[in-house]
Amino acid sequence: MKAAPVSNDIILRTGASIMVPVILLWGLYVLIHGAIGPGGGFQAGVILAAGFILYTTAFGLKEAKKILSVKLLMVIASTGLFIYAGVGMLAIIFGGNFLEYGVIPIGRTPAEASKYGIEMVELGIGLTVMSIMLSIFYDIALKEKGE
Amino acid sequence: MVLELIFTKYNYIIYITLMTIGFYGMIGKRNLIKKLIGMSIFQYSIFLFYVSAADVSGGTAPILLKEPAVYVNPLPHVLILTAIVVAVSTLAVGLSLAIRIYREFGTLDEDKILELSK
Amino acid sequence: MRRYLAILSCIIFWAILVYGVSDLPALGDPEAPANKHVAPRYVEGSYKESGVPNIVTAILANYRGYDTLGETTVIFTAGITVMVLIRRKEK
Repeated sequence: MKAAPVSNDIILRTGASIMVPVILLWGLYVLIHGAIGPGGGFQAGVILAAGFILYTTAFGLKEAKKILSVKLLMVIASTGLFIYAGVGMLAIIFGGNFLEYGVIPIGRTPAEASKYGIEMVELGIGLTVMSIMLSIFYDIALKEKGE
Repeated sequence: MVLELIFTKYNYIIYITLMTIGFYGMIGKRNLIKKLIGMSIFQYSIFLFYVSAADVSGGTAPILLKEPAVYVNPLPHVLILTAIVVAVSTLAVGLSLAIRIYREFGTLDEDKILELSK
Repeated sequence: MRRYLAILSCIIFWAILVYGVSDLPALGDPEAPANKHVAPRYVEGSYKESGVPNIVTAILANYRGYDTLGETTVIFTAGITVMVLIRRKEK
């Protein structure tokens, strides 16, 4: 925000600086609340990506890449997929089938363990979807002069 | 017969019309971006079809409540949730292919591309 | 010429599909085959087996977990494809 603003539209920049934190917070809420209310990994990932896309349109691609660089995005995407597959493999290690969360010894009952497993999986989906959507946006977005 | 079709199954007629619009976009237009828009309309008409097949009249969203309630069918929602993501992925790949083709040939018109690539 | 062929085939496509509509269940019919097959089992059993009240999430991540893993791989692959196709080298 301190660097030279790319967009000269003061309404867009002021609106974005108010809206972006709220959108990101809401995305996190949807991600964490996904098991007990409307929501889930896919939706939360897209909402988080939308927040960053708003930030990018207001403050420019350069500023956005300072926060979430392309390399970091690929690391996050791989981490999300790794969390998903890792939870599945964890179930194999504890003697169940692939992605059979009930056998993982967290929580008192298999249903509770399965709840935590679902939360982890949703987190993985959310991370992957967010970073891939942003990565696609970075690639398709018009480059500014001097970039 | 026809009236019964229109009054109880109007939703299907709407999706079929949308689907035909998308189909026309895919086969009738020459611009690659317009073809992709047609493909998206086609896909989304099918999503609407699935979600409306899940509907149960008087049902609520498939999130369990304390008191017993009628829920809509959750399975099509799950299928469509994943299908939307695949639709976005195919659209992104298609658009990036279109960008590549534009960089290579300088046009998005199908016939011109076929001529240039001979 | 091509445009008229396209319009003609679209009209035929539309007519065939509308003809098929007469066999489909009405909107919101609780007795529709799609609502009778596995859906009641999911509505009744998902909380006991998965421990989450959101049935959609339970099916998505538990019953169809393998499917969703494939789905996540699909978007991952799409992201990499876009990157390979149009990313230019950054200076």
